[in-house]
This record gives sequence, structure tokens and C-alpha cells, in this order.
Amino acid sequence: MPDPSMTPEGFGIGARAPRKEDARHLHGRGCFVSDIHMAGLQDVAFLRSPVAHARVVSRAKPAGHEANVFFRDDLVGVAPIVTRSAMAGYKLSEFHPLAAERVRFVGEPVAMCIAASRAAAEDLTERVEVDYAELPAIASSAAGRAPGAARLHEHWPDNLFLETAFDSGIDAVAATAPVKVDLTLSCARQVMHPMEGRGLLCWWDHRAAQLVVHASTQVPHLIRAGLAEVLNIPQSAIRVAPPDIGGGFGYKCLLQPEDVAVAWLALTRKTPFRWIEDRREHLVAGANARQHDYRLTAYADQRGRLLGLDAEVMVDTGAYSVWPFTACLEAAQAGGNLPGPYDLAAYRCKTYSVATNKPPFAPYRGVARPGVCFAIELTIDAIARAVGREAWEVRAENLVPAAAMPYTNITGKRYDSGDYPASLLTARDMIGLPAHRAGPARDAQGRYLGIGFATYTEQTAHGTKVFAAWGLPLVPGYDQAFVKLTPDGALEVKAGIPTIGQGLETTLAQIAHEMTGVPFDTIRVTLGDTATTPFSTGAYASRGIVMSGGAVSRASEVLAGRIKAIAAHLLQVRAVNVTFRNGRIHAGAASLTYADVAHAWYARPEQLPDDVDTAGLEVTEGYKPAVDTGLFSYATHAARVAVDTETGQVEILDYVIVEDCGRMVNPMIVEGQACGGAAQGVGTALFEECPYNDDAQPLASTLMDYLLPGPTELPSFRVHHTETLSPHSAHGIKGVGEGGAIAPAGAIVNAINDALAPLGATLRDIPANPDRVLAAIAAARHGAA
Amino acid sequence: MAGHDGGGCGRVTTSWRFVASMKPAPFAYTRAATIAEAIDLLAAEPDARLLAGGQSLGPMLNLRLARPTRLIDIKRAADLRMLEADSNRIRFGACWTHAEIEDRTIEDSTRGLLPHVARGIAYRAVRNRGTVGGSLAHADPAADWLTTLAALGATIIVHGATGARSCPATTFVQGPFTTALGPAELIVAIEVPRLSPAASWGYEKICRKTGEFARAIGAAILDEPTGLARVVCGAIGGAPIELPRTAARLAEAGAAAAAEMVADEMTALCGAAPWQVHAVAVRRALAQLAVPAGVTRDLPARPAAGAA
Repeated sequence: MPDPSMTPEGFGIGARAPRKEDARHLHGRGCFVSDIHMAGLQDVAFLRSPVAHARVVSRAKPAGHEANVFFRDDLVGVAPIVTRSAMAGYKLSEFHPLAAERVRFVGEPVAMCIAASRAAAEDLTERVEVDYAELPAIASSAAGRAPGAARLHEHWPDNLFLETAFDSGIDAVAATAPVKVDLTLSCARQVMHPMEGRGLLCWWDHRAAQLVVHASTQVPHLIRAGLAEVLNIPQSAIRVAPPDIGGGFGYKCLLQPEDVAVAWLALTRKTPFRWIEDRREHLVAGANARQHDYRLTAYADQRGRLLGLDAEVMVDTGAYSVWPFTACLEAAQAGGNLPGPYDLAAYRCKTYSVATNKPPFAPYRGVARPGVCFAIELTIDAIARAVGREAWEVRAENLVPAAAMPYTNITGKRYDSGDYPASLLTARDMIGLPAHRAGPARDAQGRYLGIGFATYTEQTAHGTKVFAAWGLPLVPGYDQAFVKLTPDGALEVKAGIPTIGQGLETTLAQIAHEMTGVPFDTIRVTLGDTATTPFSTGAYASRGIVMSGGAVSRASEVLAGRIKAIAAHLLQVRAVNVTFRNGRIHAGAASLTYADVAHAWYARPEQLPDDVDTAGLEVTEGYKPAVDTGLFSYATHAARVAVDTETGQVEILDYVIVEDCGRMVNPMIVEGQACGGAAQGVGTALFEECPYNDDAQPLASTLMDYLLPGPTELPSFRVHHTETLSPHSAHGIKGVGEGGAIAPAGAIVNAINDALAPLGATLRDIPANPDRVLAAIAAARHGAA
Repeated sequence: MAGHDGGGCGRVTTSWRFVASMKPAPFAYTRAATIAEAIDLLAAEPDARLLAGGQSLGPMLNLRLARPTRLIDIKRAADLRMLEADSNRIRFGACWTHAEIEDRTIEDSTRGLLPHVARGIAYRAVRNRGTVGGSLAHADPAADWLTTLAALGATIIVHGATGARSCPATTFVQGPFTTALGPAELIVAIEVPRLSPAASWGYEKICRKTGEFARAIGAAILDEPTGLARVVCGAIGGAPIELPRTAARLAEAGAAAAAEMVADEMTALCGAAPWQVHAVAVRRALAQLAVPAGVTRDLPARPAAGAA
């Protein structure tokens, strides 16, 4: 566990402040979308396509219920979701809120039914008659790229949303490198599974003349813009007010068909409607992510020094391009991040974003990096095996050294700070590699033991420059925050970013407390409601604490200056002599409360200085880091596993996380992010998979088929922190939200392969489930025979 | 269910169709206070289904995979919670829960086998409601009780409109989700023979997650004073199978010798190839027989994290 000496007293930046959110959540008094009750509320259920690819031949509403059943043509004035991008060669898709003439994945909404209860609405969906003429289905990236493949979007010449190529020149290296390693790898399709699925409740506020949208969303201000566009109404006529949100992970940073359809209902009927996603809809129709295929050739010298990497990456992007991040964010991130934390001199990479008959691909915690980390980390281990050295040694010699910082890598990413090799060596020592190597290869039960490592960088809070280069419809710029000293001397903080479980109500209060000295327990943080908060593009890309935290810091700093000016006047001292301490305002031996200063502004203006700042005790400020190409957090994960070679079961015996996210605002919350992300990464490594058959029918439609790791499948993650401040951001903070999820697949599969080395078996596909482990062992046995 | 509480109350009928939080297709609901009532209701309505703990049926209702016209709730039928014991056997009603067996609320006559198996079923919240009878009637091939009761030589007591009958646990299940139950019949009790103090058992459940339905189950019981030696393999897609040759070898030459028979007998009984993991489960169950009598066993402890 972290060194407690790193923890300062109190509630400022760096303190292990208890979370403000926890009181309501631990008492079961949070308020999520489905906790909201309104008079006249009607439930919505969607009839979804049972086939992966078909023409809709006919559709009929049940007699007597015509007014409660909707097809696409009923949604008058609604445009399809079309996500534009400036990337050259990118192709547009039209995603209709309810299917138009074609359906392109199992689960695509075809009809919408409303009733007084969800059960009754589902009863109605069963009575809607739709006839389909099936078309050939594309069930994989490879099938989508095959010559003569059926086309998903009839006006396209192929099935590629986008094809990219990067080449720094690799032919010379390929011709001369003494070591060459080929790998073919794959990552399964996954679903995100926040504890709360998606959902929204919409109603019409006659007094404000606004459509009010209580959506479980990571991006309320973006959703407002997106809804305005497809509903063709002004943004001012929409208020997005998220309630509590039970996790997002990327799934909730999109505008989805159900959102549009339900918003349209409330807009046109002027009564409240809600849709709450169920777990089967989540599994079959939403939140798809992670599915990559890799073909890699790595070149190295005889010590294992990486000389070049030649890569082909296919992303199975599903049927439509999601709004606003497109179908191509994943491949863009994959191509850019595949070199990882390594010093790589020659790199060629082709990416293919392949349209398939599956739900649209969405950005999931880590966005492409869990896949590329898995790919490059298995490559490093394969090189080490080829040159006969320990993987950690080869890894250490290839990592960008601390002395090279700041370092611009081969794809132009600017690694701002850190000591990557040090994190690896610390992880090696914590996991006990020397003792492991000196000990037996098998445990008392006969299981094979192994240790694996994965080191990664996490580009966090990447902003304007990065997103503008991707040409997305909405480019994040300055995030804003509002702070106000209330008449009784408390502090209100408001920001447009929502709280999705990441503890921002606590950490933003810590930053405001650090800057103003106002007691932590009197700071109230309000987030996400577009009617009451300044603009933020939202909670994604590990940006919240950097961007909104920076904005709160900046606004608080300005407010602190105004508080000091008034306090100085009241105390008849100079403002530079005023300090904040122990919840009071001091100058020499004299002191005031925050209420004294607030009272002067609000109630006793005759006490104010003549030159008082007339903007008063409320401030809105915007912020982005001085360099907005991203702040690079990093970590090394190390896993020690036992592999039962008779059953194929893998147990994680020990797991170490050595991470550096710059200045930690609250180490306890950083640990929560690291462990929660790593838990999802264990799912990626060992459990989670959405298989499809050749007709693109999903084979996992319940949590009996789709296995999530539970508490007993997870190790007790041991987290070690270091703090290398970013030179570019307020307080040296870097983001941390995604990192934990990036490395587990790499570390765990490397550990499995280390354990199976005596058998000559290697795994190349995840999840490393028992069947794959047994198949790898059998393949090695056949290969040896 | 609020408003209808009260053990021993008469038949309660209500409609749950418009309870806002529910997702199932419409069904009627009746609570049966006795076995006889439940049989009457079943006989009167062919598409009615019994509801005990609801741990499998509940999700199937919400997914609309099960669409009964009526649910007959038998959880509060007092005679389904009967308990009788003599020196040879224990007979317990079908609506005792996994948790009650885990907690030994019912006397354990199996030297810890039944509590051990109970504790490995799903997680505690499921065990608190799920019943032994419900699990047997649902007949998921990968569920624990089928294999366990077959290994113990237990008997399943069934009542129907034409009276009572007994089914050996070994033949009760006829295929995946298919049992020997006829129309308007229900499981009322399970009768388990007592093991002698010298008996030992092995139970190996291979599953990907704690409490998950099994991928393979091996069960072995050796009770030399009574001459009982039985070896059963479960989670093979239908009814569990007995391995009589392996069991005979166990009785005459011990567990290690028996383990060498397993793979061949599995192949002989089930065909080749996909039973590798099942054979492992059976061999590991046999290996557990070496544990000295009297040693209490529990689920395998997880290695401490950080142990190098």
C-alpha cells in the first residue's frame, strides 16, 4: 500500500478525504433514472430486430393500439444520427432511431411501444408484426473484408468505415534485423456492463418551455447539442439534467437511437416517458467494444532491442458510426498507441475499421489501448523468448528512459514526464520475481506458475489538438467551472461534467478547498445539469480531474483573490498579508470567518472597499492545459498466476500495480480507479466475450453466457504510487480514469505463457478461458509430437 | 407479495400483471398452502407452473422464456417443509433452501457432503431463497443436487393426482431440463440414506466462477461398513452418469486404482473426446477420498494474495 507519509493532513489536494457521495449511496438514497417517479409517466419498450441483416418488407401495428406503437415514419421531423468526421476516406452511415428500410444488427430498434408499465409495453411489442427479407450477414472483420463480401451500406464500395496507413520507413530494418517475431492476436468483443445500464426519462417543462432529459449520460452538454441536431429544435429548448449515474465506461458518452426516440415522444406528446435498458438489451444491442485482430511482425537485435514494428489492426466496428466519436476513434487510437511506452525507431501500421452486422462499436475505458497494450506486451515477451532473456530485462531496455523525457514518440505523441523503467523494476520486486524463479515451477496442486508484466502509457485529458486532428463533430476545448461564496460563507462549485461514480463531488471540493481555504464540509458540488452548470464536454478520456479540476482551481483562485481583497479591507491590512488557515481568514493576529466576508458583500455593502470587484463572490472560469495533446500517466502491472493444465483454469495469485498519475488529488480515489479498472481488465483477460455465429447472431444474451469476474475471481490488487508531476497542467495533475483497465490482459496472458513455457504452449487470443488454455496446451503437444 | 403475508393462510389469488416494475408476460398468481392444493391447481391448469424459490424461474419470466398462465407459489406450503429422520435415512421436504442445508438447519446425515455442496451453489442471496426441490425440478444438467443425490443413492418423493411414488435420484432426470415428473406432479421430499461414521466422500465441481453452474462435476462416496461405493459424473448435458466399474475398483483396490479407470469408463459410457475435464473432476473427487475420516472439509481456501 502507498506510503502514508505521502498523505497530507486535512482535505486539500493529496488528502484521503472520505467521499462526499458515499453517504447517500451507502444508505441506498442515491437517485438514478429509474428512481424518478412522475405523474403520468409511461414506459417505453423497443421491438428489436431478430435478424442481423435484412430488408424490412412490411410492418403492422396491432389493431386498437395504433397510437401507442411507432415506426420510423411516425417520428416526424427526426433526422438519422449521422456522425461526420474530417478524416480522409471516412464513410458516413445513417443510424435511424427506428429502423428504416434495412436492419443491420440483431437488436436494432424497429418499433417503439408505450404503455403504463414496461411489462405492458413489452406485451405490445409482441403484437407488432414485422416481416424481414434476410440478407447475407457479415459476422467478422475478416468476412467484411473478404472479396465479394455483401455490402452493409449499399452506397459504399466496400465495408470499410476507414482505412489508415502510417509508415515511417521499415524496409531497411526488415531486411537486416537479426531477430524477427510474428504474432497473430485477437481480442474478443466485449460489453461494458456499468452497474446501471443506460436509461432516460424525458418530460416537457411548460414553464421553461424546455424538453427536460434526465439521462444517465457522461456528456450532458454534448447530448443537448446532439438531440437539438436530430430533433431539429434549438439547444435552448433542451435541458439535460442527469441524476446519479451508476458508471459509464464510455457507453454513456454517446447519443443513441433510444435517446432520440424517447426525447421525441416527450417533445411531441408533452407527457413524461422513460426507457430503462435491461441487461439483455445491454448485452445484445448496446455497448459493444474491444474486438480487435492483429497481425504483427516485430524486428529486434540479438539482445531484444526493438528495431521496428510492422502491424495490421482490424477493428470490428459494427454497423453504424456512433455519435460523436465515430466508428474510427478506436482504430485511430490503436494505430497511434500501439508503440506504447517503448522507444521505437521504425513503425508501419495499417488499420481497418470494418463495418459488420453487429451493434455499433463504442469507446470503452481505455479506448483501444487495452488491445494495443495486450498486443505490444505479448510482442515484447515473444522477443524475449526469441533471444533467450527474461522478459522484464528486454522490456526495461526498450522502455523510454527517464532521461529522454519529454519524449516525442514515432507517432508524434509527447510523453511529458515519468520514469517508466523504474515502475517496471518496482513491480518486478513487489511481485517477487527472483524468489519465483528460484522456487518450483509448479505448486502443491500441480498447477504451473508464472509471472507476467505489462507496462503502458495512458494518454489522458487529450484535448483540442488531438480531437481536431480526428475531425470529430465536437472538439473539446476549455472546460468551465463556477464557484460562489454563499451569503453564509459556504462554497458552491458547479461544473458541466457529471459525476458517474468517479468521485468528482469529492475531488473538485478538495481542489476548491485547497485554493480558497473554505472548510471542506461546507463545499457543495453540483454537476452536469445544463440548466445550472457552465459548459463541459463531459466525463470521458480520463479528463475530468485535469479539465474540470483545472477549471475549479482557476475559478477558485480568482475567488480567493476577491475574498482576500474584501477581507483585507475589513481588517485594514494589505491583501498580500491575508492567508487562509484552519477554515478562517487570517492577517497577523486578527482573523475573520468566510461568513464575515460574504456578509459584507451580500448584506453590508457599506463595509466594502470602493474598488471592490463588482463581479462579486461568484466566478466562472475556463481551463485547458498549456499543452493539450495529453498528459501521460503510466504504470506497470505484474501478475502471478497458477494454471491448471488439466482443466484450463487460471487463478491470479498476486497482482501488483505500480502507477504514476502525476499529483494525486485523493489517493484513495486513485486506488479505486486503479482497482476498478483492473477488475474490468481481468474480465478482458480471462472471462468476457460476446461470441457471434456465422449469421451474426449474438450467442451471449444473459449473464450466464457472458461471464463477469466477481469478487472471488479478483485478486487483492496491491497498488504502489509514485508522483511525477506533469509540467503542463494545474497542480501537475494527470488523468487516471482508464489506466487500470489497460494492462491486465497483457500482464495476465504473459504470466500464463510464462507458466506454460515448460510445455511450449502460448496463448494469443483473449479471453484466456479454459477452452483456449487447453487448446494451446494441446497444440503444443501436437506440435512437439 | 406484501399484504398477503401469513403462514398457513388459505389460497391467495392475485394478478401481478400491472405491477410497474415487472417485465414478465401476464400471469395469474396463486399461493398454495398445502401439497394437495398445489396438485389441484396444477391439474386444473396445464400451463401453470410451480414457484418455489424462483431463482431460475424468476429470470426466465423476466426474459419471457417462461410464459406460464399461472404461478402456483408453494414456498409457504408447510408440508413441503417436513422433516423426518430415523436410523437409516433422513427425509426432508422439497422447499428447504440451499442455505438451510448449508447451515445444517437440517441434520446432516452425510458426513458434511450436503452442506459442502450447498455452500458451493451460486452465492448466499440465491441460496437463501433457492430450494432443493426447485433445483431438482428445473433439472439444469449442470446443477449440483442431481449429481450429489445420485451419488448418495437418494430417493425423490413425488406426489400427483393419483398418489405418491418414489424415484431413485439416478433416474429422476431424463435429459436436459427434463424430469420424470408427470403432469400435475410435484416433488414433495427427498430421502437421503445415512452414511456410516467411517464413510468418506469426494466432490469436485469445476466451474469458471465461484458458484457458477458447473462445467464438470465428480462425486465419489465410499462407505466400507455398508458396502457402498458409488462414483458419479455430472454436468454432462443430461442426467448424471454412474461409473460402476470405477466404483467397483474403488471398493476393491482403493481410490488411486479407481482413478486409473475413469477416462476409459467415461469414454465407454459417453463416447470420446470432450469429457477430458469431466474425467479430471471424477479423478479429483476420488483423490479427496484419501482425506481421513473426521476431518471437516470446506470449500478450498483461496491462496492468500501476495503469498510468493
